Amino acid sequence: MDIQVRVWRQPSSEDSGRMVTYDVKDISPDASFLEMLDVLNEKLILDGDDPIAFDHDCREGICGMCSMVIDGVAHGPERATTTCQLHMRHFKDGDVIDVEPWRAAAFPVIKDLVVDRTAFDKIIQAGGYITAPTGAAPEAHATPVPKKDADLAFEAATCIGCGACVAACPNGSAMLFTAAKVAHLGLMPQGQPERDTRVIDMLQAQDDAGFGGCTNAGECTTVCPKGIPLTLIGRLNSDYRKALRKK
Amino acid sequence: MSDYWNEGDPIADTAAPDGPIETRWERRKFSAKLVNPANRRKLTVIVVGTGLAGGSAAATLAEAGYHVKSYCYQDSPRRAHSIAAQGGINAAKNYRNDGDSIYRLFYDTVKGGDFRARESNVYRLAGVSVNIIDQCVAQGVPFAREYGGLLDNRSFGGTQVSRTFYARGQTGQQLLLGAYQAMERQIGLGNIEMNARHEMLELIVVDGKARGIVVRDMVTGEITTEFADAVVLASGGYGNVFFLSTNAKGCNVTASWRAHRKGALFANPCYTQIHPTCIPESGTHQSKLTLMSESLRNDGRVWVPLSVGDKRAPGDIPEDERDYYLERIYPAFGNLVPRDIASRAAKNVCDEGRGVGPGGLGVYLDFADAIGRLGRKAVEAKYGNLFEMYQRITGEDPYEVPMRIYPAVHYTMGGLWVDYNLQSTIPGLFVIGEANFSDHGANRLGASALMQGLADGYFVLPNTINNYLAAGPFPDISENPAVAEARATVEERITKLLSIDGDRTVDSFHRELGHIMWEYCGMERTEEGLSKAIGLIRGLRDEFWQRVKVPGTGEQLNQNLEKAGRVADFFELAELMCIDALHRRESCGGHFRAESQTADGEALRHDDQFSYVAAWEYATDGGKPTLHKEQLEFEYVHPSTRSYK
Repeated sequence: MDIQVRVWRQPSSEDSGRMVTYDVKDISPDASFLEMLDVLNEKLILDGDDPIAFDHDCREGICGMCSMVIDGVAHGPERATTTCQLHMRHFKDGDVIDVEPWRAAAFPVIKDLVVDRTAFDKIIQAGGYITAPTGAAPEAHATPVPKKDADLAFEAATCIGCGACVAACPNGSAMLFTAAKVAHLGLMPQGQPERDTRVIDMLQAQDDAGFGGCTNAGECTTVCPKGIPLTLIGRLNSDYRKALRKK
Repeated sequence: MSDYWNEGDPIADTAAPDGPIETRWERRKFSAKLVNPANRRKLTVIVVGTGLAGGSAAATLAEAGYHVKSYCYQDSPRRAHSIAAQGGINAAKNYRNDGDSIYRLFYDTVKGGDFRARESNVYRLAGVSVNIIDQCVAQGVPFAREYGGLLDNRSFGGTQVSRTFYARGQTGQQLLLGAYQAMERQIGLGNIEMNARHEMLELIVVDGKARGIVVRDMVTGEITTEFADAVVLASGGYGNVFFLSTNAKGCNVTASWRAHRKGALFANPCYTQIHPTCIPESGTHQSKLTLMSESLRNDGRVWVPLSVGDKRAPGDIPEDERDYYLERIYPAFGNLVPRDIASRAAKNVCDEGRGVGPGGLGVYLDFADAIGRLGRKAVEAKYGNLFEMYQRITGEDPYEVPMRIYPAVHYTMGGLWVDYNLQSTIPGLFVIGEANFSDHGANRLGASALMQGLADGYFVLPNTINNYLAAGPFPDISENPAVAEARATVEERITKLLSIDGDRTVDSFHRELGHIMWEYCGMERTEEGLSKAIGLIRGLRDEFWQRVKVPGTGEQLNQNLEKAGRVADFFELAELMCIDALHRRESCGGHFRAESQTADGEALRHDDQFSYVAAWEYATDGGKPTLHKEQLEFEYVHPSTRSYK
């Protein structure tokens, strides 16, 4: 199939960017979206142009590195799918596809489609862990975890930290990301001792990193490639209120 | 003597304790020198890579009080490729009361490695496996649980006990996030200095000791020299030498290869694991291959049509015209035979012309029986995310149509040679996880990579590196000429790559190199093919240095420059892999030499000649590499022929 892509090109964080149109010819519908960009880049290099910079690594939907807004939707038109797992069979011959980076105040563009997401790491640093230094662990079966809680914790823990939730949010909020981690750890008995400080500190870090506030727009969960549910934000708010009361 | 290599002195000392194997590790820990807690913060350790091994090591060393500097090429330490491991992690907990024990895990691992691993290391690995599960549970890793709240286990890839702990099909992700979170806590506390989007391009060796690395900031292009009292490489495997593999696109051998060029021996480079259950290639655009966890083989049945050239849809082929070849050839293990055997069997039926799908390069993995027996819901609960992934990639629904699978390069058992303390032949350079060669011999068992990465990082390295660091802090080296020299090497190489300005892209070279490796150094190797491959690799490498086109400059984010440096190192590694494969005139584990097989086509080992680790020394003058042999002693698990029939 033959398509056109309009890609955000921005040489560096200091430069301003613009959309540039490229023709991509004879692409297999079985190619992934990133493979389509690979093919385009090979051509750009041989033509003496600057290839398009984009983040990617595992290309199997789990590392969370790939990050493109495709036709205005973070990770593109397929639900519950990362950019790397999006295949060209979901587009039609002759389509014109817009490709942009995540756009959020807390995720500055580094080059083209590559953005800086260290703000997410900062939120985890503030409390997204259970303090359990190596060697200090009790026997694993000492603390049974009800299957229901373990399964719910797992669902929350599947967040890949890609940042699509932030890119989709009209406020650039990281609430779904933070809520997923707060829920994962808060559902486990091991996570109880730090439950209150965790939610307070992580929300503070989120504000400090320049993310916006949550207004329950729900765009985050719509684009989330792992389907992290919006209800976790409610859970986070409840945890937060309880923690503040105890403070 | 050979046209391709020189024979060197054998390796005399592996630093492994002797005496009863059950107490070797205890005794080593006791005899290791300790570092006073107050002195630890004066000691700096560099850790390259943030996967299970590097992440757990960085966190643990920082918790112990060392000053840690960590580097990864991704934008966050959470993204290292350990995250993609699906199936699970082995541990000898014997929670199922099915006869498992540390000794059995040790035995299975030595046997599974086809008697090409060091017993002392493997026993220690099996021993600490139980601590790993405790540690991960304490961190909040949401392992699968049973209704009573206790941990669930499953049998995995060729074992007859259920010792595999798992978190749906995302075990690697959950374990890595546990290590990552422990790391982030230490970053927040100021004990780890994290350098994401940084790539190690050279090792700094001063007075024979590893003292630092040269790194490139991948955003600004700035080259800096980083110093430490010890350097830990946790930079993963080199499967991407094949271009197509299940590795992440960025996985590379550069950190290991740079250390090899500086004197670290490279062991068993030809031992490659070809994983039987991957999604077949769909076309020339293919950029990587995706693994389907082999836990699928617990319930899926592998088959091809009985007759050659049967092009009917799978549903139209009646039961008696199907060949469930694994169940037929290996009745005891059936679909659960080890990876190397399953892979080669798939290759054989495809070579016979019975393969399915595009190009005939595929076999069916069929869940119809399992769905009939357990119901769709139960199958979905076990494998839902894997089925979704398959459907997303192929556009086919595996609940309705059997999956198509084909082997792909997945893991490299070879790596930098390390002694019992995980120290390379360069003092102060430690190598952990997939980057080292230890523990898996010629073939790794399923669910053992996660175990080894975390064993090395959480429990082994932190208890051996102190013995080395006790002699530190070492003198300041910033003015040492070796530092400027290492830096100059990096700068010259970048300048050279950018200046060629030829007419072929980096990827085109990488793809061609991958074809050569897959064809001649893949599932089946021959004397003739390997000799041919060496010639082809050399020719292509020369062409690379004359015709490669790397756009842009070194002072910016330049993904093609990054790739070019990695591919340049893959060329050198590829040649060594072929030489290693050529020299090993036996079949063992993942290494199958066509000249060495039994009458019925099974692998034939030659313990009398090849019961050793082949550790290669780099030829600095561009000449032949030198082979050093570490003789393997089997005091406990006596070599026998693997039989899964």
